[in-house]
Amino acid sequence: MDGGKQRKWTLQKVLGSWQLYVLLLPAVIWLVLFAYYPMYGLLIAFKDFKGRMGILGSPWAEPLFKHFETFFSTSIAVNAIWNTVAISVLTLLVGFPVPVIFALLLNQIRHTKVRKAVQTISYAPYFLSTVVIVSIISMLFSANGLVNGVVTSTGEKEIFFTSQPEWFRPLYIGSSVWQSMGFNAIIYIAALVGISPEYYEAAIVDGATRFQRIMRIDLPLILPTVILMLILNVGNIMNVGYEKAFLMQNSMNTTVSELISTYVYKVGLQQAQYSFATAVGLFNSVVNFILLVIVNFVSKKFSDISIF
Amino acid sequence: MKSIAKKKGPIRQSAGDRTFTIVNTIIMGLITIVIVYPLWYVLVASLTDPVIVNSGKLLLYPESFYTQGYSRAFSYGPLWTGYKNTLVYTVVGTAIALLCTIPAGYALSRMDLPGRRGIMFLFTFTMFFNGGIIPLYLVVQNLHIYDTIWAVVLPVAVSAYNLIVCRSFFESGIPVEMLEAAKIDGCDDFTFFFQFVIPLSSTIIAVMCLFYATALWNMFFNPLMFLSGKDKMPLQVVLRDLVLTNQASTITSSAEEIAMRQKLAEQLKYCIVVLAAAPLLIVYPFLQKYFAQGVMLGAVKG
Repeated sequence: MDGGKQRKWTLQKVLGSWQLYVLLLPAVIWLVLFAYYPMYGLLIAFKDFKGRMGILGSPWAEPLFKHFETFFSTSIAVNAIWNTVAISVLTLLVGFPVPVIFALLLNQIRHTKVRKAVQTISYAPYFLSTVVIVSIISMLFSANGLVNGVVTSTGEKEIFFTSQPEWFRPLYIGSSVWQSMGFNAIIYIAALVGISPEYYEAAIVDGATRFQRIMRIDLPLILPTVILMLILNVGNIMNVGYEKAFLMQNSMNTTVSELISTYVYKVGLQQAQYSFATAVGLFNSVVNFILLVIVNFVSKKFSDISIF
Repeated sequence: MKSIAKKKGPIRQSAGDRTFTIVNTIIMGLITIVIVYPLWYVLVASLTDPVIVNSGKLLLYPESFYTQGYSRAFSYGPLWTGYKNTLVYTVVGTAIALLCTIPAGYALSRMDLPGRRGIMFLFTFTMFFNGGIIPLYLVVQNLHIYDTIWAVVLPVAVSAYNLIVCRSFFESGIPVEMLEAAKIDGCDDFTFFFQFVIPLSSTIIAVMCLFYATALWNMFFNPLMFLSGKDKMPLQVVLRDLVLTNQASTITSSAEEIAMRQKLAEQLKYCIVVLAAAPLLIVYPFLQKYFAQGVMLGAVKG
């Protein structure tokens, strides 16, 4: 994969670039220690890991896929996989189009100052931590919080948002969209700025309305960017962060809030079943990676857009 | 532009467009309110009598000014320990991250670096596949950095995404001719990097500072996993303990008990959320020009 056809690898060349390799060194040390060394640690998914024996010294699992079989034989497995897929597919369905629409509409604001101000404000939630976001959710949606204040003022009974399972996904997805809309729109806004004014001038001469200009000029011209982002998102569909779900989780909503990643954390670090938890995590990563490769392949074939 | 439009078909068209403008303005106004109001509410609630806040009233400004929350927050020891720890982790972590990412980004931008594509692939691969938390936890233990600052800052010292952003910056920002001219003058790669590249890199350094510092400031899970001493925990963990575990305990207690305890605790929660979120919210508007550029650079070629 490396060493292009035109550039031959010679010892002289490698030695002549030694200073560049020195510049690269800190990052490569990191790569070895914190990226590939953990991948080597994935071996314990196929072993019965014992801390004092180390990764190599621990005996192989009998049979080799024992921990995977154990996982699939539990009822938790189906539930956690389903919850992971459900929350990420829903997040994608709701969360993906929103920044695109926001960018298209924002682009229609004539006053530069207003447009810039709205854009700046829209980034704000992106800089909040997950803990802050979940804290704000718990405050606004608590039994005596703002949202229930509005609910009870309409004569309804208060809703226990944070403990009822059916409210977990709306809150999770809603807050994700709220947090990332502005930041995810940056890339589309930049693509829109790059569109030549000549297109609009021609469209105006032809009598196109502003809505038609959005649909016929803006949207087609930013479509490649949209597709690229879609590949990246679909390719990460099984990669649901455990932080937020973990923070939003409580004993009443585990039926929907237990994801593969939160389950790995629980059995792995809280119950110290290292091999089993690693096997579950590995299953998740592999499914995700296969998905990414498939999406990338399909997209490359049909639209010539790909990430690798 | 306007005059051309008028010549064509002025009345019908501009009426449609006017409706569009009105609807669009309303939508944008609503979006702005939805984004700003929760933040504004938390700020106002941190300055309002908790009795009013707990009545679930819509607050627009601090109706009855109440600063006890902040005076309690400022005398709350763990908050300061958390702040200090977060500050140290953010500063040290960002410095290490820059030290790793900027030089590597430059080296990988050099077309004449043997093995460039292969090394880049190894980094990019980590964006899509990683060992997961248990193997990382074992690595942290094997390296004997568990429960030290290094367990917090080193695992996040390089992000492949940021590295790609850096590389794209140097590829487009440092002309090959400049390197060739410097080489003719007898400049080696070190001299060129430190004397010519670094002075031209203020944009990318600002972007990287913001990206890494935000991640470190907001980090919650790694410290929770890789640290054990309470006195080492960063602000986010302190905040979680205070706001969210407290909330968990209220679920099981009786309603009256909640009311009593919460009245005192509630205010403190709002204040600490404000104190945790404020620094980044104050800083980012000044850096937005840079991070918008950073996101674009990352998208050029992922």
